[in-house]
Amino acid sequence: MEYFLELFLGGLTRGSIYALIALGYTMVYGIIELINFAHGEIYMIGAFTALIAASVLSLLGLSGPSLLILAGVIAVIYSSAYGYTIEKIAYKPLRQAQRLSPLISAIGMSIFLQNYVLLAQTSDFLSFPALIPEFGFMEPISHIMQSSELVIIVTTALCTILLTLFIKFTRIGKAMRATAQDKTMAMLLGVNVNRVVSMTFIIGSALAAVGGVLISSHIGQINFYIGFIAGIKAFTAAVLGGIGSIPGAVLGGLILGWTESFATGYVSSDYEDVFAFGLLVFILIFRPSGILGKASSEKV
Amino acid sequence: MVALFVLFAGSIYAQDTIKLGVPGAHSGDLASYGLPTVNAAKLVVDDINAKGGILGKKVEIIQEDDQCKPEVAANVANKLISDNADIILGHICSGATKAALGIYNDAKIVTMSPSATNVDLTKNGDYPNFFRTISPDDAQASLQVDFALNTLKVKKVAVIHDKGDYGKGLAEFAKGYFVEKGAEVVLFEGITPGAVDYSAIVQKVKHRGAEAVVYGGYHPEAAKIVSQMKKKKMDTIFISDDGVRDETFIKVAGKYAEGVYATGPIDTTKNPMAIAASEQHKKVFGQEHGAFFLNAYAATLCLLNAVEKAGSADFDAVVKALKTEWVETPLGKISFDERGDAKGIGFSMYQVKNGVYVEVK
Repeated sequence: MEYFLELFLGGLTRGSIYALIALGYTMVYGIIELINFAHGEIYMIGAFTALIAASVLSLLGLSGPSLLILAGVIAVIYSSAYGYTIEKIAYKPLRQAQRLSPLISAIGMSIFLQNYVLLAQTSDFLSFPALIPEFGFMEPISHIMQSSELVIIVTTALCTILLTLFIKFTRIGKAMRATAQDKTMAMLLGVNVNRVVSMTFIIGSALAAVGGVLISSHIGQINFYIGFIAGIKAFTAAVLGGIGSIPGAVLGGLILGWTESFATGYVSSDYEDVFAFGLLVFILIFRPSGILGKASSEKV
Repeated sequence: MVALFVLFAGSIYAQDTIKLGVPGAHSGDLASYGLPTVNAAKLVVDDINAKGGILGKKVEIIQEDDQCKPEVAANVANKLISDNADIILGHICSGATKAALGIYNDAKIVTMSPSATNVDLTKNGDYPNFFRTISPDDAQASLQVDFALNTLKVKKVAVIHDKGDYGKGLAEFAKGYFVEKGAEVVLFEGITPGAVDYSAIVQKVKHRGAEAVVYGGYHPEAAKIVSQMKKKKMDTIFISDDGVRDETFIKVAGKYAEGVYATGPIDTTKNPMAIAASEQHKKVFGQEHGAFFLNAYAATLCLLNAVEKAGSADFDAVVKALKTEWVETPLGKISFDERGDAKGIGFSMYQVKNGVYVEVK
């Protein structure tokens, strides 16, 4: 039973990270129907920014939770700026083009950012400081669940709730929903679609950066390539849950995390990915638009 | 046949030179593996002949090209035997070596390869005439297993690898030897390199009650696994390979790297004989030596030393000398074990202590 619980919590942690990144994929897709392949790179840049910020801040004498929060905030701001800029440079000029063009642009952006970090930083693996502090009250159960895992799960839950409230109750959230439903109509009704799209990229990037900071702090190492696998898995999660749907992205992330964790725990880690992608295929056969995705008819 | 070989062996004493056969890839795509061995043999033999040879006889090199092809190697072997070669330095490639070994064995000629790493050549004891001055492919795995069982006295192990050629190959050898030697392998699995985390496999290691983890692969994944084990307060011993015996591992894993074991090559770069041999090569041949040069240099020294100590090129006496004599070579002080693998070369066990890898004596 303890083993089951451990695998459950491990899967929950991993799934939470997938969910944080998947939210960015799903939001962007929901608004402009683009799969932003550079999103995984934003996650990686978030982690690198936090590493640099944390190194500088700890030289200034900061430590503990304030270091985590400040480094996290810097990473979020920096990554959001990246997300915003990528949209302006690589996607906005192509918004009226065929759907394939922005997709290629996104792949190009992903390769560019990876190589940029490779050249500007390093190709080596770097040690990432454990920014998440060890809580005293977690000590008795630290063999089952670590403080960092608790922080990851709680943060993901908070982010999801805040995002849902934001989209439901704020003006810009309403504009987002309107744009997602019908871009032209929203524009006619006075919604500044460009601003909505920018906002979507900013929020998505911020969430990815949060994920990057948390998982790097938990795992303790980063390099320029970490965004690729995390991005692929998060994209899978988004599709699994129903791309375009926010609760779907979270659900997809968690299901993927649990599948991987239990597959490793009870079957074999050799087949971890086989189970993860096998599940995706299985679900898409029965629900082609994902678990919570709406089967939308083609817009005319 | 036997009578013929006895006659044959008898005729050796009548020769006025010691004939060293040097078969290997001397032309074709793989010539760069074979030619350094010829150069090494020439350098050593010239040195020895300048000092008057051994047992009052000069040493003569018979060079034969096998192009690394097994079928050519068999012909070459027969040719060397008919040329009355006393000892053989070669072959270079494992396949060619295997094809020729039986022929030399029937003719009772000691054969020493500087480069054939195939495990089976020494493992089964089929070729009592075979020796080598390079570690077999499974050297790290057998060192890990011996160390875990004999030094650390563990009984239940988990063997994990990264599904790559290098890591999985070693892990499979390690698993095989653990089973052979009666240890319980409670887990044998591959992980996905670059995955977000490895908490599930770490939990599984704990759940199965492994006392030690043997990991085949490289340092990034090893660092993640070790850190997660330590964070979960597990005291499982972690043993890995050359891919982890890397400063980056310690840098990335930080305090969690402490106590980790890893096998790594014995350092020969500071060996004065190795430096001298390399410089000699540069002076005589005008370029840097290539692959297996030092191994071949060491092999030639060992072979000729054994002949000298044995007092003749008699098979049994030379074999005995090889297994009992320790010879100073560019690879260090070496001798040979029962199977014909060199002792004193290859790999050693290291442990992280205070942030650096220290050789475990």
